[in-house]
Amino acid sequence: MTRKALWLSATSAFLAVFTLGAHAEDRVVNVFNWSDYIDSSIIDDFTKETGIKVVYDTYDSNEILETKLLAGGSGYDVVVPTASPFLARQIQAGVYQKLDKSKLPNLSNMWNVVMERVAKFDPGNEYSVNYMWGTTGIGYNTEKVKEALGVDKIDSWDAVLKPENIAKLANCGVYFLDSPTDIFPTVLNYLGLKPDSTSPDDLAKATELMLSIRPSIRKFHSSEYINALANGDICVAVGFSGDLFQARDRAAEAKKGVDIAYTIPKEGAEMWFDEMAIPADAPHVAEAHEFLNYMMRPEVIAKSTNFVFYANGNKASQPLVSKEILDDPGIYPDDSTLAKLFTVGPYDPKTQRLVTRSWTKVITGQ
Amino acid sequence: MSAVTAATSSSASAAGKSALARLGAALVSRLVIIIPYLWLLFFFLVPFIIVFKISLSQTAIAMPPYTPVLDFRDGVSGVVAWFGALNFDNYIWLTQDALYFNAYVTSVIVAAISTVLTLVIGYPIAYGMARAPATIRPTLLMLVILPFWTSFLIRVYAWIGILKPEGLLNELLLATGIISHRLIILNTYTAIFIGIVYSYLPFMVLPLYSALEKMDNSLIEAAKDLGCPPTSAFWKITFPLSLPGVIAGCLLVFIPAVGEFVIPDLLGGSQTLMIGRTLWSEFFGNRDWPVSSAVAVILLLLLIVPIMLFQRAQARAQEQDL
Repeated sequence: MTRKALWLSATSAFLAVFTLGAHAEDRVVNVFNWSDYIDSSIIDDFTKETGIKVVYDTYDSNEILETKLLAGGSGYDVVVPTASPFLARQIQAGVYQKLDKSKLPNLSNMWNVVMERVAKFDPGNEYSVNYMWGTTGIGYNTEKVKEALGVDKIDSWDAVLKPENIAKLANCGVYFLDSPTDIFPTVLNYLGLKPDSTSPDDLAKATELMLSIRPSIRKFHSSEYINALANGDICVAVGFSGDLFQARDRAAEAKKGVDIAYTIPKEGAEMWFDEMAIPADAPHVAEAHEFLNYMMRPEVIAKSTNFVFYANGNKASQPLVSKEILDDPGIYPDDSTLAKLFTVGPYDPKTQRLVTRSWTKVITGQ
Repeated sequence: MSAVTAATSSSASAAGKSALARLGAALVSRLVIIIPYLWLLFFFLVPFIIVFKISLSQTAIAMPPYTPVLDFRDGVSGVVAWFGALNFDNYIWLTQDALYFNAYVTSVIVAAISTVLTLVIGYPIAYGMARAPATIRPTLLMLVILPFWTSFLIRVYAWIGILKPEGLLNELLLATGIISHRLIILNTYTAIFIGIVYSYLPFMVLPLYSALEKMDNSLIEAAKDLGCPPTSAFWKITFPLSLPGVIAGCLLVFIPAVGEFVIPDLLGGSQTLMIGRTLWSEFFGNRDWPVSSAVAVILLLLLIVPIMLFQRAQARAQEQDL
């Protein structure tokens, strides 16, 4: 009898240990985020505090993320698509699940200005919380641009969208984002047209302008420009604000005398929002909510901003963001610049095809 | 009497045994043939049918991003409706925009030029290896295979470091005074050719080497004895005998080079219009899985011709060996 009881308690103890072990191992969250987009110590701190293992994977284009999500069964629990057009369209396709806001008490830290702008794409902010936001502007090597154009700083899209100007920069190297959904709205805005125009005539005008400056553009690419600019391989890049600030930072660290600056041109620029969302088929929903809530802590997201040089959508974090970043109008623009920043909604499939086709014409000449 | 019956019965059982053995052997050989067929079925035919089906669909904002999706819940009428919704519109679309035709043509031209360059560079290497003393041949073979020990992607990235304007090559040429201006090689077709030739060279050298190594050297000696000069001995004897290796090597380079995506993307400029890139922008940029599937099906049809040529050449080479 006693032997049997002992045996039973031993097995149950064993089982308890076993299930506990399995349970602890099960606490995983699979995060899929942009490359160079987080201070990796945040991930370690999160695991230390919650015991949830983070499997962190990266991409460098919204298209890659979107294709994985649309195919289904991606296995990711947290993804960070750009609000427009990607998140908006993906919500429509049924890619995401609604957030359980009762599990996200830190939502109270978020910045209403950003939430209101995002609500245009994610009505009621039901599917996503902001991670970072920024602008699509011009990053440049101050010394080489002065040599080529004779100016101390660039403050207008004229520098890269006027053929005679960009021709002077061609020799030292100009990169553009390989992203029609970022470049066409920028060009339309520069031409004084509506940035979200879907009219074939307007798009033809934008295409024509791009073709006129095409011979002076060395490459269209969405991530190579960070290193190329930092190394001094090129002198101008039209790209995402934070990437260009990272280029500035890397150049400063390398101490090879390369000085990079970023500008939001006076004509205005596209504003974009990278949003954290949970796919409908995410295998670890509870852990995903914990991760999101953790990322909305002021001190955590401030640490991330201090590392990646992007503004975040977290109002409470602003006192903790380094002064150099908070006071930089290229990162946290003043109100008058903010008023000039525009957003563009998703295109319908027919316009999307026209936009992609026009883009192929721009980059290949065919 | 009893002896006779015993004899007949034993011979009958022997015949039965040998029939059984023959049946067994036939089954085993069938089985051996079945395995590659199963492989083809699951890893070629089934994926191809799926891609072909998607190419007959239309795009949609949904998961997955096309319609119709087969749904057995509606029973037979559902399947009928599914068949009814499929059509060849996407193939017609491909003929309406010159982009696709141009991309196919560019890809074939780039692959063809790369193949010729690889042959011209690979042949002397293979020839030298086959003529080298037998003791060092294994080492030479090893050297050809050695690059595979490093990831293909990293080796292509290394070329960026070599070819870029501030890269090793330019610095070297400037330092030695061969050039006075930095050469722009990266992001041009030249860089693509360098990348493809470099990456695919082993696939050319190995079949050439195996063809040249088997060659009977006494044939060349006989030609020399009869007063044939070395160059015409090469063109009249060595080259024709190495032809199976030339064909195998060329196809092994040409076929993957047509659909190459990584090398043009990393080393080529934005203006390079190859079919891999076109597929990418249809699939990722437009999220148009049906059209990109149609592009892929056409690419496959385009490649089937050289693949069949390759198989015929191989079959012929095998017959010769037998």
